[in-house]
Amino acid sequence: MTTSRRKFIKISALGLGGVAATTSALNMFGSNSYIDELVKENVAKKFKRTPTYCEVCFWKCAAWTYTDEKGAVKKIIGNDNDPHCFGRLCPRGTGGVGMYNDEDRLKTPLIRTTVNGEETFREASWEEALDLIASKFNGIKEKYGAESLGLIKHGAPGAHLEHLYKAIGSDTIAEPAYAQCRGPRETGFALTFGSWVGSPEPTDIRDTKCLVLIGSHIGENMHNSQVQEMSDAIDNGATIITVDPRFSTAASKSTHWLAIKPATDIALMLAWMHVLIEENLYDKEYVKKYALGFKELKEHVSQYTPEWAYGITTIEPEEIRKTARAMAHAAPSVIVHPGRHVTWYGDDTQRARAMASLNALLGSWGRRGGFYFKESIKVPKYPHPAYPHPKWGWHEIGAQYPLAQMGITTEVVKASIPNPENKYPVKAWLVAGTNITKSIPNQKLLKEAIDALEFMVVIDTMPMDVTGYADVVLPECTYLERYDGIRSATNREPSIAVRVPAVPPKYDSKPTWWIAKQLGERMGVGEFFNYDDFEEVIEWQLQKMGTSLDEMKKIGVKNYPRTSGPLFLNEDETYNFPTQSGKIELYSQELKDLGFDPMPKYTKHPEPEQGFYRLNYGRAPMHTFSRTANNPNLNDLKSENNLWVNPKVARIIGLKTGQEVWLKNQDDIISSFGIKVRVTERIRWDSVYMVHGFGHKEKQLSRAYGKGINDTELISKIAVDPIMGGTGMRGNFVTILTENPHKNTEI
Amino acid sequence: MRYAMVIDTLKCVGCSDCVVACQTENDVPIGYCRDWITETVNGAYPSIELELKSERCNHCENAPCVRCCPTGASHQLNNGIVLVTGDECIGCGACIESCPYDARYQHPDGYVDKCTFCHHRLEKGQLPACVSVCPTKCMYFGDLDNPNSEVSELLKKRKYKTLAPEAGTKPHVYYLI
Ligand code: SF4
Ligand code: SF4
Ligand code: SF4
Repeated sequence: MTTSRRKFIKISALGLGGVAATTSALNMFGSNSYIDELVKENVAKKFKRTPTYCEVCFWKCAAWTYTDEKGAVKKIIGNDNDPHCFGRLCPRGTGGVGMYNDEDRLKTPLIRTTVNGEETFREASWEEALDLIASKFNGIKEKYGAESLGLIKHGAPGAHLEHLYKAIGSDTIAEPAYAQCRGPRETGFALTFGSWVGSPEPTDIRDTKCLVLIGSHIGENMHNSQVQEMSDAIDNGATIITVDPRFSTAASKSTHWLAIKPATDIALMLAWMHVLIEENLYDKEYVKKYALGFKELKEHVSQYTPEWAYGITTIEPEEIRKTARAMAHAAPSVIVHPGRHVTWYGDDTQRARAMASLNALLGSWGRRGGFYFKESIKVPKYPHPAYPHPKWGWHEIGAQYPLAQMGITTEVVKASIPNPENKYPVKAWLVAGTNITKSIPNQKLLKEAIDALEFMVVIDTMPMDVTGYADVVLPECTYLERYDGIRSATNREPSIAVRVPAVPPKYDSKPTWWIAKQLGERMGVGEFFNYDDFEEVIEWQLQKMGTSLDEMKKIGVKNYPRTSGPLFLNEDETYNFPTQSGKIELYSQELKDLGFDPMPKYTKHPEPEQGFYRLNYGRAPMHTFSRTANNPNLNDLKSENNLWVNPKVARIIGLKTGQEVWLKNQDDIISSFGIKVRVTERIRWDSVYMVHGFGHKEKQLSRAYGKGINDTELISKIAVDPIMGGTGMRGNFVTILTENPHKNTEI
Repeated sequence: MRYAMVIDTLKCVGCSDCVVACQTENDVPIGYCRDWITETVNGAYPSIELELKSERCNHCENAPCVRCCPTGASHQLNNGIVLVTGDECIGCGACIESCPYDARYQHPDGYVDKCTFCHHRLEKGQLPACVSVCPTKCMYFGDLDNPNSEVSELLKKRKYKTLAPEAGTKPHVYYLI
């Protein structure tokens, strides 16, 4: 093993004084309490409630934090008027109390230091940590230009840092949420309909007659309002068609489950389009009125018969015809769902294009029970001087991918590795709210980049794998302890929600708005942070939006009437889609001009060799990425991931449920930890499956350390989407080791 | 008044929100639970069935736990709710053994604890915490003595089952199938 300059430090390394001062749940209950007493007590209990919006995932549900007389956080309950949650949080949102209570939280700023030749962290004051970051960042800015400062972020706090970065003159900003997640569908749908899908997806699930899920596992991903609406759709008797090699929870609720061979989805969609056109089932009027390129598409898909697709997808032709007819029968109240995490095989933008084209043929975009025209309300910009113009930024770094609409983290990673050819050298990173060792694939490249950095800062609430690589670690307080920007969301109607601290920050943690301001002042851009408390910014903005912080503290969420026009297409009027042509583009001249297929084609992807299985990964409803693994409430529900194995495979290898195994991928990368097998009929024999986000290496995570496997470390082969730079991660194959390969080594 | 819970297995996604909500509402210590999720898989790939459901105390009409309790700590209210009075409970565990649903646990403070149908919330006119939070709205709660209540209507309209009917406990948690 090579030793790197930036040796990973386990946060616990150097006396982190101050034992966690938490009241255990037991004490809170009282030692001689009994039920009748409890009933009386509970009835009398006066809780205070403070509005917030949830930060356990990106759905940002508005909620109330309940605190008791002693100021303890008791529970978090959804806000009834919020279109993201309709008063019901998901398990992670309900378990958000655990994020606050977690005694393993980062408690104080930490600075990398060397003691007796060993790299370790020492506690530092905020003054010292901030001064150090500012002086390092200023130094890099002087030497290379502000552009060399990179920001990798996720979630609400990212906005404060983005503001800081733009103020100092850097646009070198990226987030895994794009090129490692939903980027391809945004580009694919924008190419077709002219607008992003966005978050939350504008799918009218509650009124749909037919919901088509292609690898999207709603119910295991708890995208709250969507899960709720899918349940409404079940109540309404909607047809659900799920395409997934795994018998997902959604598949179990479906009218049709198509157990597709992995990596062949485009072939199925081409055949569906073939049937819709051949059997004259598509929405002729809609296509004629709104779409361009139907003739070309018809010609293109004429060759893709269900019989052709059968050979590729293993789905019976009759099943393909039947499901295509079911969609047409429901049209236009049908949704071919764009999915969310869609970076699979490198032709993902084209797969999104196929989904978009299907929706167009079915006439579902802009139709009730299909996709609605979303609307949000603009939050006025708090006044600040004009941002300087950086000479380069995420756009130039990712220029190789012509239709990238946001920064590509993997390109920022590459630009951080010294190379004389590189015109865009990135020298320092600030990583906030994302555990990049679990969100960015190709760990070798990532480590190489981290190693080459002159300086690296991590801001988080929890010690994570990534914090161990930082030069300075800043402890952020949780969302229950801070203000953040107003949540303005796109929905059927515009709505806003506020986040107000329910309790003061625990330990020596701070909100990111404060960190950004402090750094800004130290880097000579204080005029961009013209307030003492972020509360002033929100108050100013709310006043402009016809409300006030006082009012919002009482209601939490405010819904506004639509002003952009009707929710669905008005068939009596002409409608211009925001594409170049003003029409839905079934044939994309833009793609053609850039040298890409103007209409989606099926490409064959590599398959596992004998003894190897495709590594598939997904979500569990009680966890978000890797960030909740140590949350006491959520860890209690699921403390590790399992390896799903088909009984046939289990028989061949001789595996039993509960047995611990290790994985080795096609590049001989071996998992750091073991994982327990779950033998189940719910998975195909050519794949294995695990929930993403486990296998933490940070020892300070007392509950999550060493539990399960981090799927990302086994994802070393990446199929990059040439259109927008998305990193396809589903082409990795693993073999199962029954003997511990680390028996004689210490991790 | 006869309280009952009806859970639609066709909608439950097994997310466990009902479990966390119960923990935070009722101060159930980490590591324990009053409700839990079961997953049943039948068939072979690709003809599979999956049933997810949220389980808890069934507030049985014929409750073995109440009958076997030597101190009277386990008792049943007129509305059908089975409760344990903590300070009368000597923690002997007879009720835990007698429950065919494994619905009871020994609280670290010594007494036996279990689902109360959120009795304290009902008194305030609120639904049980688990019912009120469930993202799929697959849980219903109400009075079976009232023929027009939502739960009565559902049991009239839909196919349902109860757990371990052979135990003769007459459970009052119903599962729509
Ligand atoms: S979906 Fe769940 S975790 Fe995400 S914001 Fe909503 S409540 Fe929080
Ligand atoms: S909260 Fe509802 S959907 Fe989730 S597991 Fe419980 S009963 Fe099922
Ligand atoms: S009714 Fe109340 S006590 Fe019973 S499981 Fe639901 S939340 Fe817990």
